[in-house]
Amino acid sequence: MDATQAVAIRVTVNGERYERSVEPRLLLSDFLRQELSLSGTHVGCEHGVCGACTILLDGQPVRACLVFAVQADGSSIGTVEGLERDDGLHPLQAAFKEAHGLQCGFCTPGILMTMVAFLDEVPDPTELQVREALSGNLCRCTGYQKIVEAVEAAAADLGGSP
Amino acid sequence: MSSRYFGARIRRNEDESLLTGRATFVDDVQIPGTLHAAFVRSDLAHGHLRGVDAAAALERPGVIGVFTAADLGEYWQPGPLLVPPAPIEGLTFHARTQVPLAREKVRHVGEPIAVVVAESRYVAEDAVEDVIVDLEPLDAVADLRAALAEGAPVIHEELGSNLAAHAVQTKGDYDAARATAGLVLGRDFTYDRGVSAAMENRGVLAQWDERSGQLTVWDTTQAPIPIRNGLASMLGLSESQVRVVAPFIGGGFGPKIMMFYPDEVLIPWISMRLGRPVKWIEDRFENFFSTTQERGQLHEAEIALSSDGRILGVKDMFLHDTGAYNPYGLTLPINTQCTLLGPYNVPNYYSEFRVAFTNRPIVTPIRGAGRQQGVFIMERLLDLAARELGLDRAEIRRRNFLSPDAFPHDHEILFQDFAPLVYDSGDYEPALDRAMELIGYEPDGPVPSESGGGSPAEDGTDGEDGKGPSRRERLRGTGIVSYIEGTGIGPYEGARVRVEASGKVCLVTGVGTQGQGHFTSFAQIVADQLGVGVTDVRVVTGDTREFHWGTGTFASRGAVVAGNACHAAAVAVREKILGKASEILEVAEEDLKLTEGVVRVQGAPDLSIGLGELALRSNPLRGAVEPGTEPGLEATAYFGPRRGATASGVHAMVVSVDPETAMVEIERYVVVHDCGRVINPLIVEGQIHGGVAHGIGNAFYEELDCDSEGQLHNASFMDYLLPTATDVPPIRTAHIETPSPLNPLGIKGVGEAGAIPVAALFAQAVEDALKEWAPGLEVRDIPLSPNRLFALIEKTRAGGGEEGA
Repeated sequence: MDATQAVAIRVTVNGERYERSVEPRLLLSDFLRQELSLSGTHVGCEHGVCGACTILLDGQPVRACLVFAVQADGSSIGTVEGLERDDGLHPLQAAFKEAHGLQCGFCTPGILMTMVAFLDEVPDPTELQVREALSGNLCRCTGYQKIVEAVEAAAADLGGSP
Repeated sequence: MSSRYFGARIRRNEDESLLTGRATFVDDVQIPGTLHAAFVRSDLAHGHLRGVDAAAALERPGVIGVFTAADLGEYWQPGPLLVPPAPIEGLTFHARTQVPLAREKVRHVGEPIAVVVAESRYVAEDAVEDVIVDLEPLDAVADLRAALAEGAPVIHEELGSNLAAHAVQTKGDYDAARATAGLVLGRDFTYDRGVSAAMENRGVLAQWDERSGQLTVWDTTQAPIPIRNGLASMLGLSESQVRVVAPFIGGGFGPKIMMFYPDEVLIPWISMRLGRPVKWIEDRFENFFSTTQERGQLHEAEIALSSDGRILGVKDMFLHDTGAYNPYGLTLPINTQCTLLGPYNVPNYYSEFRVAFTNRPIVTPIRGAGRQQGVFIMERLLDLAARELGLDRAEIRRRNFLSPDAFPHDHEILFQDFAPLVYDSGDYEPALDRAMELIGYEPDGPVPSESGGGSPAEDGTDGEDGKGPSRRERLRGTGIVSYIEGTGIGPYEGARVRVEASGKVCLVTGVGTQGQGHFTSFAQIVADQLGVGVTDVRVVTGDTREFHWGTGTFASRGAVVAGNACHAAAVAVREKILGKASEILEVAEEDLKLTEGVVRVQGAPDLSIGLGELALRSNPLRGAVEPGTEPGLEATAYFGPRRGATASGVHAMVVSVDPETAMVEIERYVVVHDCGRVINPLIVEGQIHGGVAHGIGNAFYEELDCDSEGQLHNASFMDYLLPTATDVPPIRTAHIETPSPLNPLGIKGVGEAGAIPVAALFAQAVEDALKEWAPGLEVRDIPLSPNRLFALIEKTRAGGGEEGA
């Protein structure tokens, strides 16, 4: 197959359906940012280590820089732009603001998406569990402490804790 | 004035846009018709460039152009010397600054040779592979010591050697002091390079609009105004034709202020030439070569003390690696030289450095900026001296602290801002006491004979799983170090404050922001003066269209210098508000009170006027404005400190070391610091936490694996290890406050503080843990790593301890 021969794909992103024609080599991260103008998903390393581009692909946290857009054909994708609720920030977003869990904010969207999935799976985590779940996302600004505090507070707020 | 917000833990104004993905970073700016650039970079660290063949690249569909040094004509110029050397007597200094594209020679791996512009980044990267570069290899020199050795390959031939600078600064008479010493202790130390690793790589987007004659550049810079001024000058445009925007920046840490990176020079030029917007976004691999790095130094240091542990003098001779070029002059080695003195009374000092060009990427400041190395040397010397003298490590520091009445204290040498190194204020013992208390420091006593080393770590601290035998064998050690940091240097920053007809306030300043919370801390300062809420102050920063004067965000100076400019502008606007209100309400200014956006008359609750109405009436559409007055409730003010404010601190930690595997776990970490008056404790804590994490990376994880040919072997986050959430412990912070007398708000900088003493602390705590297991072990090389520590333990136990790391 010609690598530049466009392929038609259909995806649902944050509940909206899109049909696009893309080159097979187009990364999902570039697809979201450039084709759909959803630039909240950030690209920090392009080799799957930093976690800044983490999105939810059919509910699972995935590094968008390690997936081709064509591989997402037929999938449902969640990005940071879809987190907000009608009544304001998602409790996790609010907890990050409250705890000062972000500084430059570049890694934040990827961390939020990773933690949304984590709290779904582990609603009442210990600090160590939070740190382990976070350890695939790099942050150079915060030293992680206030991120951990934010995730713990969000877990309590989301009803995980008794 | 009331200070309702100054000092309060205010949540940040900027967070909502960052948390929702709406905040705009450079790569988020999308302009239809944008072309994308990719660089052809040198594979060799040193070579003659004999030719570039771009024919195949130009034939590739989607490629618009390929540019080499030859295409630049007169525009090809070496970059400016960003920081001329301080006027040190007897100084040798040779400036060799970076070029936009290599012309005759390449001097480090990754140096740009050509730039390809295409309809997409994917195509541009394809075409980079099509470009044939004819490079004749030359012997390279990547090692700092080898670079200055006789017969080394010369990187800038016309200089005859790789010596970029040589300087000596002295105070008193070290040799005379040495002759009277009870103990003289000398050691060699190494501090190696790392990268800044901002999560956002660098990037530039330029758009030339032929019709309006306007160039707009979005740049991940920490210094938008100097970039604007320089670009205008280089491109032959008026400064009013160039707008540089540094929108949200994903971390700076120093390397994002480097006038000029080749890309910053080239992308605007190409946009003007092609008449289309052009974007270049660095990828992470490129970042390991094209963005500046720091910290490579070799020291031979000696300390002379009295037998009761008082410092008589210090002698330090060091080599500093500046990489292939030296646009930052002597900022780094001078910072090292000055910061070494720490919070101590050092009556005699001899400091000599040589700066060497090497075939490695350019070195410019990274968070700490030469200070780490100075602190490492001094703290290590004190630790080893304490050991020799049988003194407690905290006690030897206490004995040598400058006393609270010693300020201002003149160290009699020049600092990086060319001003004499004079500490403005400080009080070091309370910080030491507080840190000792918080970490539970036990003075060094006889080593317990029944254990295998430092104190054995307690059982079960790791939960039930942690009760295995290996856990019990972990050895625990404590460290405690102190440091100072020269912060908040000049020359100046400015701010403009304006009350708008809505009653809300707009604050504009020229410094860029990379996550430090300026949108909030500056708003707090202004809100206090104008009696409005913090969220009522809209802060605009990093856009040269909005503010014309300023330098940038570096040297822990944003809060000190720009913060005080914001304060001065707000004070001036407050005066205008009260003057105008007094005129309208016909009441003396002394009887007016400004709160909640309303000027009220004390004792007459019915008499009041809102800020919005006052703003409207200060800018009338009809009638006369009094001669000699200005319309509007607006003021611009500048602040320039005479010299920097000296922040300080004590860090302490407890580690446990597995002596069999050399894995180190940081169990607890305490920071007691003094950054003068704190604007927002929440933000200050965050700055410190991040700095400590950066320091932990430098101390134990981050190492550039570069071979003798200047080839880097670990240019990815897979192989260059940044600390993760499981590597950074919870950090407890406490504040000591000695306000700076050098600025009205009493602020000292804090942005770099956390990172500075970590390696010194790490070394001491690890030695403490291993003092019985591997007696005599000395950590003298940073970064340490589990592998290096393992080798050091083995060597020390085999009787080679004197060799150090």
